Amino acid sequence: MIRAVAVLLLFQLGGEVAARGLGLPIPGPVLGLAAMFAALVLRPALRPQVEATATTILKHLSLLFVPAGVGVIAHLDTFGREGPALLAALVVSTTASILAGVYAFRLVARLTGADDA
Amino acid sequence: MRDAIDLWTYLAQEPLLWLTLTLVAYLAADAVGERLRHPLANPVLISVILIGAVLLATGTPYARYFEGAQFVHFMLGPATVALAFPLHENLPRLKRTALPMLAALAAGSLTAIGTAVAVAWALGVRGETLLSVAPKSATAPVALGVSEQIGGIPSLTAVLVIITGIVGAVIATPLLNFCGLTDWRARGFAVGVAAHGIGTAHAFRINSTAGAFSGIGMGLNALLTAVLAPLLISLFV
Repeated sequence: MIRAVAVLLLFQLGGEVAARGLGLPIPGPVLGLAAMFAALVLRPALRPQVEATATTILKHLSLLFVPAGVGVIAHLDTFGREGPALLAALVVSTTASILAGVYAFRLVARLTGADDA
Repeated sequence: MRDAIDLWTYLAQEPLLWLTLTLVAYLAADAVGERLRHPLANPVLISVILIGAVLLATGTPYARYFEGAQFVHFMLGPATVALAFPLHENLPRLKRTALPMLAALAAGSLTAIGTAVAVAWALGVRGETLLSVAPKSATAPVALGVSEQIGGIPSLTAVLVIITGIVGAVIATPLLNFCGLTDWRARGFAVGVAAHGIGTAHAFRINSTAGAFSGIGMGLNALLTAVLAPLLISLFV
């Protein structure tokens, strides 16, 4: 498990260094994700060493958003009197975006014959 | 009584108490979510309400709480890297679904930015508050950067990003079940585009394929929002 965490941290660190060093507008961990993916494609032997830990972390991904979520309560006053309008915008937009995405996916999957079923 | 106050004063200063509270609140919220199986019983939402109530009741500032909770928050970085594993596992399916994913990315990202700004504007939101809404579907670090770039308020965007994630996680399953959609690739991907990591966390709880595709949707939308939001804003505002 320690080895697995070290591997994940090394890729994150590499991502941070690349993002900062090259001035890229992409977060370091996202670059680390891309590098980790490339490493798995090139060296599948890496997979069993890290997989169990990665799966455990992802199973509890919700937990990791709790500290930032609590920050919302601390900053509720930034909402001010525009709160209801902003909340309405978020609900409508998130619903619309999910529907637009899922139907676009299905439409093109059917057209290109990429159906799973 | 004096001892109890001393003990509280000591503990409230220490990361231990707030780190423990975060884990215990999450375990409780997770257990409630498993039992109720109701969309509103989302573990992030319940944990935030539980911990928020404790902080309000004890008059604890968020910064003090975060000194303990930061150890959990820190794990978001390695967790992002860990998304490479479900991606790699789904590699053969990914190759076949490149075109559907690109279509869903374009449709979902444009709709997220466009409808959020349009609805807020129609309800009377203007100025820098309106600009803060545009990048809210992207993952937090990207959304904050975009907000700053287009003249929004990054701290307000941070709040909007988190609420968007929770809204997405709460509505996704009932909405997609109602529409009768059973393609886990499409479901996961669309939720990742619309509701970033919190949506992805929800997707992993429902189905591992949905989780993997949600992670890709989140990553790709982070890139696209960084390009699209400034462009759309310069066209319309």
